[in-house]
Amino acid sequence: MVGQTQSPIIEVAARWLAPAIQLIGIYVFFHGHYGPGGGFQGGVLLAAGVLLLRMSMGAIPSQAQVSSRAAVILCALGAMIFLGTGLAALSGGYFMDYEALPVSWFDGPGMRYYGILFIEVGITIAVMTGLIAIYDDLLGINNARDN
Amino acid sequence: MKVFQFFLLAILAAMLFYTVLELPPRGELDAPSNRYVSLAETQVAGPYYIQNAYADAKTPNMVAVILADYRSVDTLGEVVVVFAGMMVCFFILRRRPW
Repeated sequence: MVGQTQSPIIEVAARWLAPAIQLIGIYVFFHGHYGPGGGFQGGVLLAAGVLLLRMSMGAIPSQAQVSSRAAVILCALGAMIFLGTGLAALSGGYFMDYEALPVSWFDGPGMRYYGILFIEVGITIAVMTGLIAIYDDLLGINNARDN
Repeated sequence: MKVFQFFLLAILAAMLFYTVLELPPRGELDAPSNRYVSLAETQVAGPYYIQNAYADAKTPNMVAVILADYRSVDTLGEVVVVFAGMMVCFFILRRRPW
């Protein structure tokens, strides 16, 4: 689990496949405004790209993309983006009422449009890094140099 | 056993195709999901979302508006579930230094 794989075929294939999976993940995330897709699905695809690198390249080389420590912090950050947006709306209205957010750049429906986009960003970050952190915990991977 | 599995799959496929063939066409007004009142004669929320989702949030996907705006507290709960699962694995399983 820790060292690199023995087969160069797997490594080269995963090196080309992982960015494609992550690009599709970003597409699915942004497509959530117009059709099937959204934060959860896009986050799972982004996590699949990183976990493919974790399995094929080994635990230590793949830390360069998303490290185990950054995964925990980013998962908390994603959840806080969602919760913070809802709490910020409390200043002028109800909980999660994006129209009441304390900025005045757009009209009411525009505020809701960008509020939905913003919390989807939080969902994507939280789901992606949450799955990576769970995988790393289950396999005993961390940032330490001695494993 | 193989024969039993085959017949079980055939029965399930027949149920699936029967259900798909019996689905109402999209946008049919008499379909239960598009009615203003439920089978128990109470008001339902579905037509409100269909009529007002785009005007409220300028987002073409009605499902995204419902999930992230009308029912955003429910979605917050789902994210909290993912976050709680991550934290449980973190505190129980992660080795130091983390």
